[in-house]
Parts: sequence; C-alpha cells; structure tokens
Amino acid sequence: MSEKFLEIKDLAVTYETDEENVNAVNSISFSLNKGETLGIVGETGAGKTTTALSIMQLLPKEVGKIKNGSIIFNDENLLEKNSHYLRQIRGEKISMIFQDPMTSLNPVLTVGEQIGEALELHNKAKKENINQRVGEIMELVGIPAARKSEYPHQFSGGMKQRVVIAIALACEPELIIADEPTTALDVTIQAQVLDLMDELKNTLNTSMIMITHDLGIVAQTCDKVAIMYAGEIIESGTLEDIFSEGNHHPYTVGLFNSIPKLNDKKTRLEPIDGLMPDPTNLPKGCKFHPRCLHCMKKCKMEEPKVYKKGTKTIRCHLYDN
Amino acid sequence: MSQPLIQTKNLKKYFNTSKGLLHAVDNVNLSINKGKTLGVVGESGCGKSTLGRVVLRLLDATEGEVLYKGDNILEYGKKDMKELKKKLQIIFQDPYASLNPRMTVAQIIEEVFIVNKGIISKKQMRNRTKELMETVGLANRLINAYPHELDGGRRQRIGVARALALEPDFIVCDEPVSALDVSIQAQILNLMMDLQEEKNLTYMFITHDLSVVKHISNEIAVMYLGQCVEKVSSDELFQNPLHPYTKALLSAIPIPELGAKNRKRDIIEGEITSPINPKPGCRFSARCKYSTSKCSANDIPLKEVSKGHYVACVLY
Repeated sequence: MSEKFLEIKDLAVTYETDEENVNAVNSISFSLNKGETLGIVGETGAGKTTTALSIMQLLPKEVGKIKNGSIIFNDENLLEKNSHYLRQIRGEKISMIFQDPMTSLNPVLTVGEQIGEALELHNKAKKENINQRVGEIMELVGIPAARKSEYPHQFSGGMKQRVVIAIALACEPELIIADEPTTALDVTIQAQVLDLMDELKNTLNTSMIMITHDLGIVAQTCDKVAIMYAGEIIESGTLEDIFSEGNHHPYTVGLFNSIPKLNDKKTRLEPIDGLMPDPTNLPKGCKFHPRCLHCMKKCKMEEPKVYKKGTKTIRCHLYDN
Repeated sequence: MSQPLIQTKNLKKYFNTSKGLLHAVDNVNLSINKGKTLGVVGESGCGKSTLGRVVLRLLDATEGEVLYKGDNILEYGKKDMKELKKKLQIIFQDPYASLNPRMTVAQIIEEVFIVNKGIISKKQMRNRTKELMETVGLANRLINAYPHELDGGRRQRIGVARALALEPDFIVCDEPVSALDVSIQAQILNLMMDLQEEKNLTYMFITHDLSVVKHISNEIAVMYLGQCVEKVSSDELFQNPLHPYTKALLSAIPIPELGAKNRKRDIIEGEITSPINPKPGCRFSARCKYSTSKCSANDIPLKEVSKGHYVACVLY
C-alpha cells in the first residue's frame, strides 16, 4: 500500500517582479503515499499555497518561477513536461479545491455544466452519458441531482463548496490538493464538509494534500503533517509525532500555545512575539531566530540542518548533535 | 445586585426586504456588568453583528430598550447621544477595510479628537496619540505610516487605539481577531485582556470562534437566527451545554489534539433557514434531532433551568 507516488525534492519558488524578488518557497522536500493525507500548516505568507500551485504548475506566468527542485508524480518529473501534457494531468490525475467557493465557480454556467465540463475535457464519459454521470457525482457529494440546472448564486456557501468538491472528484483523481477548503464556511457546515471529504477519500482511496492554518482540522483529517514557516518546512512527521509531547521546533510550540484551548482554564495565551519575516529580505541563518526564545549565536549565522528521528524531521540547531 | 452597565430588553431589529420582514434580532434580553465580558457566538447570519450595532445605536432598533446605567438610550436626543457615544465604542472585524487608506496612523487616531471637540487641545493631541499608540503596543516610528504599510495585527492595534481614545466604558468588539493569523490573534487577545484589567472596560465580544470566546468571556450568549438560545457563564457552557444547537456547535469545533479523529461528533444536518418571516416556534427545530410537535407550536422563551443558566428549549 505504501508506494510513494508524489515526491517533491528541494523545491524553490521565487516571485520575480521589477522591484523585488519574493522567496516564497525555499527548498522544501516531502513525499506522499497512496491513500494518505498530508496536512501543510502555516500562517499567511508561509508558502503553503505557492507549494500547491507549483505542483499544479499554476503559478502566475512571468512572475512565479520554479528555481530548483523536482516534482515526481508517478515516476515522472512534472517540471520537465510540456503544457499539453500538464493539461491532461490537471483535473484528471491531480485536482484542486480552492479556498473560496464564492469565487471559484463560474457564475454564468449552471453547476451541472461545470461538473460536466471536467468529464468532457478528459473524455471520461460519452456525451450521452455525461448528464447521468453528473447526477451521480452530485448525489455522491450530497447535492440533489435535480439541482444541476441551477446557477452558483442559488447555492449557499456550504453547497457551493460541495459543487467545487464534485468538480474536483469528477474524474476520480489520484491526488486532491485542498487549499483551505473550509476556511470560508461556518463551523457546523465545516464539520459537514470535512466529514464528506473524509468519507469520499476513504471510498475512492484518493490521496490528499490539505492546506490549512487550523491545527484542529489537521488533527481530524491528516495522517502526516508538515509545518511551514517562511517558505521552509521546519518540522514534519506523522500526526502522532507532531501532536504528542517530545522534541519540537520552537515555532511549533509557539503555534500550539497561541491557540486558546477549550479545556483550559482562562489564562493568558503565550503568543510568539514579532512577525513573520519579510520574504523579500529573509534573515540570515535560521529564519525563525528573531522570534525564537531559544535563539543562540549559531542560529544567527548558520542555517540549521534537518534533524531526523524516525518519521520526524526538525530543522533547528537545538537538536544538533 | 449592582446595576448592569448595559442591558437590552426585548430588543428587536427587523429589516424590510422585498421578500418580507427579516428578523435579524428578535427579542434579545442581555445584561453586562461593569468590567465583564459577554461573548456573543453564532454562525453567519444569526444577527450577532446587528445586535452589536443596535446596542450602540449605529442601527435603529425596531422595538425594545437598550439601557446604559439604567437609562434607555434609544430615547436619547441627538445631543445626548453624541455625548454618550464617547462612552460606547466599537472595534470592527476587518482591519483592512475599517481604516481609511489615505490617512496616516496619527490622523486616524486624531480624527476622534477632531470630531469630538473640546476634549483636549490641539497641542496635546499629538502627545495623547503617542500615549495611545504606546498603550496598544505600536512603535512611535509608525506614527506617520499609512495602513497599507502595516500588517493585519498592527492595523487592528490602530482599531483598538481608536476605540480607546475617548476612554470609553463599553466596547463592542465585532470579530476583532477573525481576520488575523493565530500567533497574531493571541497577541491581540492578550492586549485586549490587559486593557480590560487596567481600565476596567466592559466588552461585548462578538465572534464565531468558540475557543476564542471561551478564552475571553465571563458569560456567553449563543445566538441562532436572531434569538438568544442559551445564556450562561463561560465555564458552565463548555462543561454542560444544554441547547441542542449549542451541543452541535461545540462538537463541530475541530480540536487540535491526538485522537480527534475518533471523537464522536454529532454533526447537524442542513443549513441555517431563512430569517425572513420565520415561523413561530423554535427556529432550530428544522435541523434538530430532538424536534417534536411541541417545538413548532409556540415561541419558546428563555428559561432559567439552574442558577444563571438560561436556555430556550422545550426539553428543559
């Protein structure tokens, strides 16, 4: 079961503009096995979405440049493929669920047409069968098939996100990249959508990359976790590695301490002081050192190496031998 | 019993729409004591922001009373109201939209003194602004910065400074941390709690995030479609939620702990129904699994089931 089918090595992405270069992703590596869910966690500007867009190669043209690295999907390096080939992969093998269901649907097409479009482009069904297949997919995500001739504005936020999920699932892809799929939704609707995604993932044995800033969602849906900060993966491991006691990156600790806990008595939170560094001008050495409580001399000079133990990796000088 | 600082009595706000009357706030009775925080939770469209605005008279109430130290402020004239508004302030949700992009930090804060003439002289204004900036943790060098130069957390600090400028008693905080990242969110929450302690402020804290509200509130009111369905002290709400909606809301929160996957959750089906011309009876009954014929017969009033624990449900 555990065949590696997505492997990303040393990926680096820069946004080049006339004024400055934004180093959005700096040499990250991770891999994903079949049927697994990887959670990528981080705050605004950590490079989560950029990572997702590079896998799909949907980075803004002219500006977004992949500087280095490889993205191996089913033994093929996607970075070496031409755009025609990639268009076949997108939507059929890898599909994406975007954050905001309010803006990711076309307002002038019915939802049935939008789901059918994916099938038509990838020749997944004969013309005469498309209609029926669309109905089936809609039922699968919990929308009555009778609503296929309605337009997106007639749907509520939760229902729109179901449509987006239906489009993503239409061709039964091997990998789904979900970029903050529930951030725009209310908690009770979020619970419904997460449950649905979990169920579908299990029945179809799809792998998933779940991008989120919410550690609660990670605990509920993911098998593996990677925590990003300033374009780097600073800690990764299985769900147990990250959520249980033991050695952690100081940023991970800070992140957990920043969340108000439901079962805690009212006390002060312990936030991380300061702000995320400016990606056009990253600090030398460890990128977290200006905010770190354990900052040492070495941290300001040298970039930390990756410390490995079992399934867990931490990028921090604290764990140097 | 001391008199509550802010109290609402049968407060209603209806909006006229082409489809009928939209019951945004319907018969809400709340009270907040000085120096305390009332959390108002609910999902989008439950009327929590409207409630905050009606309490401050930013929107006119349809019916009911809002009492400030026992006086009904809905009967105040323009002049009295202007005086009173110095005591009642608001912090808005989105620090990206609530600051004028063409004004500097100093101008934004000083505008408060220009609008309310005679509080301090022009000469003192700059000093007071610097003081306020220090109180909320904004570096003095940012005094001539424009909002676009600042990140979300710093922008929200301007919002807090602006609300504090006139030394109010009462601040409505309308989702003040929802637009911020967790580490920044924690900084702002700490700041607000420190200020409360220091200045004995009273907050009405409106949010959809239950873990935040638990952290900051003394008492919590849960709203559903314009009505308050449960009202109780913060600790009690989390230990012993009674209303089926509150229970569902609590179990819907993803908990950042191992074992969260196996947690049994009761997920409520369906979506919030329309607040336009709602049927009598419990508004949650369409989604409630305990719903019986009794639920839709009459309106269900908030009832005290144990000391200080109010719930509007036929089960109790």
